[in-house]
Amino acid sequence: MKQTWLPLAAALTLSAAAATAEEVRVYNWSDYIDEDLLTKFEEETGIDLIYDVFDSNEVLETKLLAGGSGYDVVVPSGTFLQRQIVAGVFQPLDMSQLSNAGNLWEPIKARTEVYDPGNAYSINYMWGTTGLGVNVNKVIEVLGEDAPIGSLALIFEPSNMEKLAECGVHMLDAPVEIIPAALAYIGENPDSQDPDVIAKVEPLLTAIAPYVQKFHSSEYINALANGDICVAFGWSGDILQARDRADEADNGVVIEYAAPSEGALMWFDQMAIPADAPNPSGAHKFLDFILNAQNMAAASNYVYYANGNLASQEFLEEDVIGDTAIYPDEETLANLYTTTPYEPKVQRIVTRLWTKIKSGI
Amino acid sequence: MNVRRLFLIFVPYLWLLALFLVPFLIVLKIALSDGALAIPPYIPTLDFSNGWEGIKTFFAGLDMENFIFLTEDELYWRAYLSSLQIAAISTAITLLVGYPIAYGMAKAPDEWRPTLMMLVILPFWTSFLIRVYSWMGILSQEGFLNQFLLWTGIINDPLTILNTNTAVYIGIVYTYLPFMILPIYAAIEKLDESLLEAAEDLGCSRMQAFWLVTIPLSKSGIIAGCFLVFIPALGEFVIPSVLGGSKTLMIGKVLWEEFFSNRDWPVASAVAVILLLILVIPIILFQRNEQKQRESEG
Repeated sequence: MKQTWLPLAAALTLSAAAATAEEVRVYNWSDYIDEDLLTKFEEETGIDLIYDVFDSNEVLETKLLAGGSGYDVVVPSGTFLQRQIVAGVFQPLDMSQLSNAGNLWEPIKARTEVYDPGNAYSINYMWGTTGLGVNVNKVIEVLGEDAPIGSLALIFEPSNMEKLAECGVHMLDAPVEIIPAALAYIGENPDSQDPDVIAKVEPLLTAIAPYVQKFHSSEYINALANGDICVAFGWSGDILQARDRADEADNGVVIEYAAPSEGALMWFDQMAIPADAPNPSGAHKFLDFILNAQNMAAASNYVYYANGNLASQEFLEEDVIGDTAIYPDEETLANLYTTTPYEPKVQRIVTRLWTKIKSGI
Repeated sequence: MNVRRLFLIFVPYLWLLALFLVPFLIVLKIALSDGALAIPPYIPTLDFSNGWEGIKTFFAGLDMENFIFLTEDELYWRAYLSSLQIAAISTAITLLVGYPIAYGMAKAPDEWRPTLMMLVILPFWTSFLIRVYSWMGILSQEGFLNQFLLWTGIINDPLTILNTNTAVYIGIVYTYLPFMILPIYAAIEKLDESLLEAAEDLGCSRMQAFWLVTIPLSKSGIIAGCFLVFIPALGEFVIPSVLGGSKTLMIGKVLWEEFFSNRDWPVASAVAVILLLILVIPIILFQRNEQKQRESEG
């Protein structure tokens, strides 16, 4: 009898040990960190890091609004963060636990303050633009030398898309990204909340949707790098990662990123701590670790996104800090716009429009 | 009626109550609520804390607006219809593929049967999601299937299968095939061989004996298999979202959009309630079939 109880006793001791070890659960975007940083954090703090990933703000938001997500740190984009703060999802940050908070970059703080007044609930992790990833050789082959590579006409002009469909076009499956871009293309305010103005993009998007091979928010990195598609409308750093993967593979694929000349959406991904986080002090330790200049630089060097950390800039590699696709020059910066969250009624109209564009119903 | 017997009757009803009726009522309650920006994102209209008063206000204010909303947009009924169509067609294909397999298994030598049974069940040892994902590798433009067909020279240009309804049918048939095979196999296996011999003695050809004896006697297995495939296929979400294209319209995807993109839990719940009502009809038919069978056996 005694023997049969041994495994159970061992299991109990193990689970007791597991319960005492400190844990931090982080929920971040896919392909969005240098994984070496995760082990570095565990080594420095002795905290077990559980790192999960998502590829859409909607999935994150639903988990947060359901409550009890179990995560200590999450990374919503600014517009979503703004709405979630109103819903009471987050706890205010305790600045006394963030010794590296002084590293933050004022111009970015000023912009994120629109979403998070006083930057009380979040710190900026990365920011970037939404634009065009182009397989230059293939696009020139299909459209000719005068292909409008840096313009939204590339994807919003049906005659171009009809030809590009041969070599494949992917678009983000996110109406909050595509509709502002379409509005910018037809000369309307990209941040319009007016259903009548939003409705104006329907004929434009319905005309090009049949030529889009897939609406998806993460597959285009590999598809671009492998040469399976020739154009992707996606997030800047993802496209630059595709460029790098293609370079490494040495497969003759040359990818370029362009922030559209008609204006590009500038977005901010913010790290925040849910109000019901099981381990808020561990969460602060993780944020402080990310705020460390060298750690933040390592993350940016790896994922090719700009960050909101001024002190990190001296540790950035030249092909990151010196690349205007990542850190835009004054001229491009002036051409960037930001958006604000949709009201629930407008959101429903936008989702319905998106379904109609994608499925024809 | 003794206590033991009462208890035995009570257990399945408790099961139904806890795992079917209570969750259904929770979903129904959310379907009758109003959306809000909060955790959770709706304001319940039913308030038990005020006792009887709360319940009375609830019925007075009952407007069913979320259900009415579903009738106002063609998207919803078209999605229901398209789901019904996809589920029905894939059930029929699964039956056509599954019946010969089950028949072959039941007619195989005794010593083979455990192995064959094992082979049918084996795929369950791999995660469902991984199995569906691996179909992407088979069906894509550069996938194994196209490479094979190009190599044999049957086609000159790769076929577009992935991200179409065809891929959804393949995914559903593949995933639910064991649920069709197992009940049919069980029905054919217990079939009395002497009945077939008698049919042949009375002048039936083998084909006729199959149609007149085997098929009718395995009917219970066919019906059970069809329900086991049709019911989950109707609400399927994973297969259409991984293998289907943006034109694949299924109610599971519509539900996802209501829940995730619109954050409208009340409307999402209303969609789910209607889906359940559609499913209740085949479930009741299934139950009745089971009961009839038990009676005829008893």
